Parts: sequence; structure tokens; C-alpha cells
Amino acid sequence: MSEIIKIEQLRRTFQVGSEEVHALKGISFTIHSGEFVSIMGASGSGKSTLLNILGCLDRPTSGEYFIDGTAVSQRTKDELSTLRNRKIGFVFQSYNLLPRTSALENVELPLLYNNTISGKERRTKAITALEQVGLHDRMMHLPNQLSGGQQQRVAIARALVNDPVILLADEATGNLDTRTSYEIMSLFQQLNREGKTIAFVTHEPDIAVFTNRTIQLRDGHIVGDTPVVMQSAKEVLNNEELRIEN
Amino acid sequence: MNIFNLFKIAYKALLRNKTRAFLTMLGIIIGISSVIAMVSLGQSSSQSINNQISSMGTNLIMVMRTSQRQGGVNVGSANVQTLMAKDVDAIRNKAKYIGAVSPLVNASGQLVNGANNWPGSVQGGNSELISIRKYKIASGTNFTEQDVRNSAKVCIVGKTVVDNLFPNGESPLGKMIRFNKIPFKIIGVLESKGQNQMGQDQDDVIIAPYTTVQKRILAITYIHMIMASALSEETAGLATQEIETILHANHKLKAGQANDFDVRTQKEMLDMMNSVTGFLTVLLAAIASISLLVGGIGIMNIMYVTVTERIKEIGLRMSIGAKNKDILLQFLCESIILSLIGGIIGILFGLLLSYLASKGLSWPFIISIPSVGISFLVCAATGIFFGWYPAKKAASLDPINALRYE
Ligand SMILES: Nc1ncnc2c1ncn2[C@@H]1O[C@H](COP(=O)(O)OP(=O)(O)OP(=O)(O)O)[C@@H](O)[C@H]1O
Ligand SMILES: [Mg+2]
Repeated sequence: MSEIIKIEQLRRTFQVGSEEVHALKGISFTIHSGEFVSIMGASGSGKSTLLNILGCLDRPTSGEYFIDGTAVSQRTKDELSTLRNRKIGFVFQSYNLLPRTSALENVELPLLYNNTISGKERRTKAITALEQVGLHDRMMHLPNQLSGGQQQRVAIARALVNDPVILLADEATGNLDTRTSYEIMSLFQQLNREGKTIAFVTHEPDIAVFTNRTIQLRDGHIVGDTPVVMQSAKEVLNNEELRIEN
Repeated sequence: MNIFNLFKIAYKALLRNKTRAFLTMLGIIIGISSVIAMVSLGQSSSQSINNQISSMGTNLIMVMRTSQRQGGVNVGSANVQTLMAKDVDAIRNKAKYIGAVSPLVNASGQLVNGANNWPGSVQGGNSELISIRKYKIASGTNFTEQDVRNSAKVCIVGKTVVDNLFPNGESPLGKMIRFNKIPFKIIGVLESKGQNQMGQDQDDVIIAPYTTVQKRILAITYIHMIMASALSEETAGLATQEIETILHANHKLKAGQANDFDVRTQKEMLDMMNSVTGFLTVLLAAIASISLLVGGIGIMNIMYVTVTERIKEIGLRMSIGAKNKDILLQFLCESIILSLIGGIIGILFGLLLSYLASKGLSWPFIISIPSVGISFLVCAATGIFFGWYPAKKAASLDPINALRYE
């Protein structure tokens, strides 16, 4: 299996006034193709800081980072933008869809920043991505005409549309009720089965059980990195339904 | 990024907020349309004045009486008697650059034809006055030098006078009318010239031999004015000097003594009017430019608000691969689209305004291509200039902070 993400001794220090905040204190791990990794830890442990670096939104203070074999640490801002555009799919807690813009156009957005893709390709890819998340019948809907779960699906389709090497999600189920969270996790599992590599930040243990590896952060250090026996979110959902019916 | 995509992104962003986009454009629309309308109207009015003055003849020269100082007391011009008919003869005999010359004596009073009344004024001149004033005889004849010598009670009337004294449409030729009870025989009718620049009706006129007006109406021996036409517009200056020399000698003024008359050419009037309208045009355009500036600041203001309002959107765009310059260009493009569309609407609206106004004032309608071109460039520049700082602000945002912004 190829290494999608490899970090070595990654540090991130923030300067707040005269004080230094060490958010990440030398972190190393590797994520291989096809893994579904959950990143857990208490609030302030550095999860988002890590994910931002993995997502090329931020640069480490020191240490090495390779994505899909490319060294990231010394890249310029513009090169990071291109990396984000070609190799990464982001899913946020608050969906971040453009208001008054159809689901289809929201999904097309990343491809507008890629010159190698024609208008026609853009459309086809966006439609395919929306079909993948089960929203083929909601393409022309505006965000305010969609439920929270549907909006997050549109956001996932937008993350998928550029066929990234990894999907990064920061508390992607944080705004959703349990049932919808499970549906979204089921979607992530389906994408993972289809071959997507996923890193998923959460602080809910019952969400982490739907992944196959958990990295535990505390205070900027890794305190645990364990394989998980992945539960099927779909089964859990079905069982819930049965329980309610009985 | 592809310029086409850029444009698409910008215009979609604008479409998401149509009302605000329109309100932003409104400032530019008002600014540009007032600049266009002001410049165009300024040019129309000066063109109209030019036409008017040229129609009176740019080679026209007028000699006015000026009040003489008598023991330090300035007597009013009404009683100034410095111009005489013999001055006209002197000019006719000695001047080389003068084509025609006539005295002018004015009298106003009441015109009566049977039951019809009309207040009018008689202009007394010699047989050359009609051609000097650029009138033409439509029917009948001009009076002759013989009529002048005899103080004949004949006159030539303008269309307005005819319309008011002969409302039933009968031919006025050969008819007798009374001016202040003195009977005049109409021997000619003038071609219509319409209104002049000041809105005066040039057809409200009666022309008669000046001797008749002097003796039979006013009982004076002097004349009010001398009207002459230079051989050409170019020689008007020479002709003016010539007249001054002749009259200075004729009035037996000493060398260095101030003239008791004043020679003016129509060309001077034209230049004066042009400088006035030119100044007014610049002034109005300057005032209108202020509204354009305000419109530009409006764009800047809205773009700043837009950037603040869309910080999350900017963060998102960055997170999916927009480079700083993509963001910069997007916002710049938005403000340029706003100002250009606003500018085009403004230009059309301004032209419509000036078209309506010039029709209403019966001025010629002039589209000033340079002012349209400049306005267009100003719009583009406004978009770039006032869009730059907000766009720069948007582009310099940090994607993580922008995404987190609430
Ligand atoms: N831009 C910044 N400037 C200064 N300090 C920062 C900045 N971003 C994060 N930190 C600090 O780094 C540490 C880790 O923050 P981070 O956001 O990664 O936590 P987290 O694990 O995502 O927490 P949560 O679960 O609450 O989202 C915190 O102590 C935080 O105060
Ligand atoms: Mg966080």
C-alpha cells in the first residue's frame, strides 16, 4: 500500500504576544492508501492544527510532511493552493456552502480553480460526485432548501469532485444529530470501501468506532495509535430502527 | 486562473446579491450620466450660441454711443448724441474693409391695423440694414435710398408682426398700418428667422427708413447705433480699427483723447460667449465629477462590506485551491463589472437626458465622443482604483482564520 501521508517530527508553535504556544510537539505517523483514520483528543489537544497542516492550509514550524510522495514543508503559498486543489478534499463542521448557489454549482467550485478542466468536464464530474453522495435528485436545490445532512453531503461531494488522494474532515458530524451523523459516517464508509483514504477529526468515541484506526492526541503529543475493528454505520442504523419499531 | 472562469466566478457572486449590486451601480450610473449630460449640454449650448451668432453674421460690426464725461458727470447713455448720420457717410466713403453700413434708430410703440393691436419696435436704417442683419425679403421689396431721403412712410415687417396684425391671413403687402398713430405702408415681408439664443423672436420686427423714424416718430437728429458688415470675418479686426480711426477724426477728437463711441464685432461677442459657455461646461462637469467620485467611493464602501461579509466564502475558496491572486482578481473583477455596467447604463442614460433637454431647449444634440470614451475609461479606472483595496484585503486573509470567522 502506498503512503498517502507521512509526517515526521512535526511541530507547530504559535506566537501569541511574547508567549509561545506549542500546539504540536513533534508528531510522526504515516497514513496509507485506503485507511480510514480518526483523530481524537480533548479540546485544545491540537487536532485542528494537525488537520490544517495535513490539508496544506498551514505550514509546520518544523518537521517533514509528504503528501502522495510530494514534500510540502518548503512550498510557497501558491504551490500549497495548487496542492489543496489537486490532492485534498476538505469537509468542515459548518458545511461552508456558498449561499444562493445550487448544489451543483457548489460542487463545481473547486474545478473552477483548475485550468486543465473544461466546463463540460466540470459539469460531468460534479454530477458524478453528487450521485456518489446520493443527491442526484437535489442538484438544483439551494443550500437553504436542503437539510443539514443533505448540506453536508453536498460539502462531501465538493470534497470528492477533484478526486483527492485524501479526504480531511474536521468534526464533520459536529452539527448533526446522532442519526444523521451515522448516515454521514455510513457515506464515509462507503467512500472508504470504494478506495478513498480518509482522516476524520472527532472527539466523540462512538463516531470513532466507524473508522479503522484511531490516533489519540493529548497536549500536542500522540498518546495512542491503535487499529479499530470497524463497525458498520449502516448496520448500527438498521439495528436502531429495528429497536424503535419493536 | 482562466480569465473566463474568473469572470464567471465574479459575475455569479454579483448575481447572488442583485439588489446590492444594483444599488452600488446606481452611484456610478448617476455620476456618469450627469457628467455625460453636463458635457453634452454644455457643448450643445455653445454650439447653439455659435450657430446663432454666425447666423447674425460673424462679420457684423456695431458702433455704440458711449457717454461722454461732461465736467466729471456721467450722463446716461439715453441722451448721448455722439453718433450722427454723417458718421455713416464718412465710413461709407473712407473705409476699405467695410461691405455695407447703416445707421440704426430704434423706437417702440403700438402697432395698429384696424381692430388688431401689437406692441412692437421700429428699427430705422438705410436700404443696407436688411442685408447687414442677415434678413431676406420674402415678398415685396426693400425701400430705396430715395425713400430714405424723403423720409417715406414705408416699412418692411417680420412674420410675427404679420401674424398679429393680419390674423385672417390676408396679404399685408400694400396695406397701411399705424405705428404710434403714424401711418406706414407695408412694402415688404421678411423671411422668418425664428428665435435667437436669448429666446428673442427675431421675426417680431419692423424696418423702416431711419430718417422716417428720426423725424416722424422720435424727433431727434442723432442716431442710436451704426451697424456695418466687414468684407469678411478675417478682415473684421482691420475694419474695426478703420472705423475707429475714421470716427475719431470725424468727431474731431484730439490724439489720445478717449473715444465717445465703442466699436464691437460679433466675433468678440462669439469669443466672449464661448469663453462663458466653456467655463460653465467645465464647472458643470466638475460638479458632476464629484458625484462620480462619490459613486466610486460607494463602490469601495460596498466592496469593503462585501469582503467582510464574505470572509467565510473567501476562506472556503482558499481551502479548495484559490490562490491569493485569484481572490484579488475576483473582487477586482466584481468591482470592475459593477462600474463598467454602471458606466454603460450611465452613458446611455446621460445621452438620453441630454437628448431630451436639448430637444426641449431646441438646441442641437451633440454626442461628445471624447467625453463618452473618457467616461468609459474613468469607469474602468474607478472599478480598479476603488476595488483594489477591498480586493487586496480579501486576498491577504489567512485561510484558517477566514474559515473560522463568524
Ligand atoms: N492561530 C492560533 N494562534 C495561537 N494559538 C493557536 C492558534 N490556533 C490554535 N492555537 C492553539 O493551539 C492549541 C490547539 O488548538 P486546536 O484548534 O488544534 O485544538 P483542537 O484539538 O482542534 O480543539 P477543539 O476540539 O476544541 O477543536 C490550542 O491551545 C490553541 O489555543
Ligand atoms: Mg478543532
